[in-house]
This record gives sequence, C-alpha cells and structure tokens, in this order.
Amino acid sequence: MTRKTSLVSADWVAENINNKSVAIIEVDEDTTLYDIGHIENAIRFHWRDDLQDGLIRDLISKDKFEALLSKFGISNDTTVILYGGNNNWFATYAFWYFKVYGHQDVRLLDGGRKRWELDARPLVTAVPSRTATRYVAQDRDNSIRAFRDEVIAEIGKSNIVDVRSPQEFSGELAAPAHLPQESGQIKGHIPTAKNIPWSKAANEDGTFKSDDELKALYVGAGVDLAKDTIAYCRIGERSAFSWFVLHELLEVKNVKNYDGSWTEYGSLVGVPVALGA
Amino acid sequence: MRTCGATPGGPDLAGVDVASQSIIQGAVLREGVNDGVPNGAPVTNAYVRLLDSAGEFTAEVPTNAQGQFRFFAAPGAWTVVVLAAGAREEVKVQAQQGTPVDLIIEIKD
Repeated sequence: MTRKTSLVSADWVAENINNKSVAIIEVDEDTTLYDIGHIENAIRFHWRDDLQDGLIRDLISKDKFEALLSKFGISNDTTVILYGGNNNWFATYAFWYFKVYGHQDVRLLDGGRKRWELDARPLVTAVPSRTATRYVAQDRDNSIRAFRDEVIAEIGKSNIVDVRSPQEFSGELAAPAHLPQESGQIKGHIPTAKNIPWSKAANEDGTFKSDDELKALYVGAGVDLAKDTIAYCRIGERSAFSWFVLHELLEVKNVKNYDGSWTEYGSLVGVPVALGA
Repeated sequence: MRTCGATPGGPDLAGVDVASQSIIQGAVLREGVNDGVPNGAPVTNAYVRLLDSAGEFTAEVPTNAQGQFRFFAAPGAWTVVVLAAGAREEVKVQAQQGTPVDLIIEIKD
C-alpha cells in the first residue's frame, strides 16, 4: 500500500517535528502564509521562485535542484514531508517533482495546511536552520511526465483526465474562480478528456478520500485503469494532485502529469479542442 | 480587530477590473462585538470554498489578515462555505458581472 509510504498524518508529523532525518517543507504559490505561521521546523519552497526555471518554462535543472536541496540541508536519505495550502496542490506538485528527480523517500501530509489549521494545531514563525548537504539528484524520470506531442498523439487512446473545475472544462471559465479570468489561452478541453475535478478526490478538510471511494470515482467516470493515463489542469499543480491519487494511492501504472497543461495546450495553434460538459 | 474606518466586507477593489468580472468577496468575522466594534474580530485562518449551483466544488481560498476573501466567479447561483477550526457556515449568493457581491459571514465560537 503506497498510502503507507506516500502519505503521513498530522499526528505523524507532530511526532517527527524534531526528527533530524526528516525535512518538512511548506510549498505554495502564496508563501506569505509561511511568514504568518508554519509547522515548526518547516522550511519554505516557493512553487515558482524555487521550482521553476524562470527563463524557459520548465523545471529547474538537475544542478539547480541539487543546489536547492543541498542549501536546505536535505540529503538523499532524508525523509521529505511536503505540505501546503490550496489543498496541497503545490505540495503534490513538489511531490511529483521530487519523484521526477528520483528522491527516494518523499511523503505528503494528508490534508496539508488546512487540516492542520482546522485541527487548531500550533504554527510558529521561527525559521529553522539546517546544515548544508551535498545532494545528488537522479536524471529526470520522464515516465511520470507528459509532453504536448504525446498528449496530442494519445487523444482517443490513453485516458486523458482533465482535473479542472467543470466550468473550466466546459469553457465557461478560463481559470479557477479565485483567479482573475483574463487569459491568453482559448477556452475548452482536450477532446476525449474525462472531467474528474481534483476536488472530488478530497474531503472538505483537504484529506484524501478512501481508496474505495477514489477507485469508484475514476472508474465511474469512465477511466479504464488498465490503460495509460495522462492528467492535466491549467498549470500542472492540480493535475499533480490527481496524479498523486492515481499513481501513489491507487497504484495505477503509467500515469503521467502533463505539467504544460491548459496554459500550453490552449495556446497551441491548430490542435483539436472540445467545448461543453 | 476591525476599525470603524475599515471597509465592510471583502478586500479593496482598487485596481480590479470590476466591470468585466463577477466577483464574490467578503470577510469572515467572529460573531459578536470586539473592542466595541460590531461584527467581531476577523478570522484570519479560515478557508472559504465556492460551490457551483450543483453543489460542486469550484474554488477555495484562505482568508487574509483582515479575514477577507475574494472569488472571480461567473454570473449565477453559488454557495460560499466557510471552514474554520470548530466552525462551518454556508451562504447562498447570486453573482453578476460588474456588481460585486460583498458578504459579512459571522462564525460562532
């Protein structure tokens, strides 16, 4: 059961806050929340500033990933615990990212920052200091990462799972409803994609639903778990959440996160697009 | 604490293209009176969820230091759900383009 190796409870984190072999990382797009308060001994990764190349649209290079983890005192044998706001979107994105670079032991705090806060567990403002290490990353594992040409080639073949909201899928909205709607992309979805919003995999408190509920969710929506699967959203973080559910919790083989997602696909010239529910 | 001069409800709309957006915003406050000011104290660690007319999840934001939140929705019926430690509140709203919905949502201790 990968639920045991990929997911930890808030109680587990509370018991391991001072465990030197554990590194707790808060990952988000709005990292000002970290300044207001974070789990004791947690370090901060900014989804864009730390994990995006910045010049080109891509993950940071292996060298930069090694430098980042070394700077924050993370070793190859460190147990990395990821959590964040936004129902762990960016934390699951970072989980996927750590897997792309071959980190052995990375786990997600079930429910993320929300469950922690709803439980009224303590947050602190002190920033921990960790002794720098020499981290060695693996070459990127692209078996869990989909690129645009593959996505286009897999239309009508693989399961394509659009995990955005029904409004984004149908073409009514161009972005999640907490973001401004101006956007350079056209609206709609990749033809043959099934709309299974990421949120259906989560309970209201941000924790994951049970394996039985999750399996019923995807199978019930027409996903053939024996086939290859590509998940996408708008920028690849919500789809990392659903990738986590499929690949890590349900242990479905050959699931890829298309991190280019709709911001890339919806900007491509001449590719097929579908509208409506 | 909210001061007498604070704008009731959601965050300042300066710089937001209100005319083109269907905004639902507001503030989450502890019920009652705080330091003599009605509407109580802002709840800064609440989570506000936006559900569509079918009750499906659409978006979620944490409240800011003033207890405020904002959604850019589409015209139509929506439900706003507030989650805070030990509390849950639901408000049904009707969004329309150009006229923000501005809410005060009180939660009980």
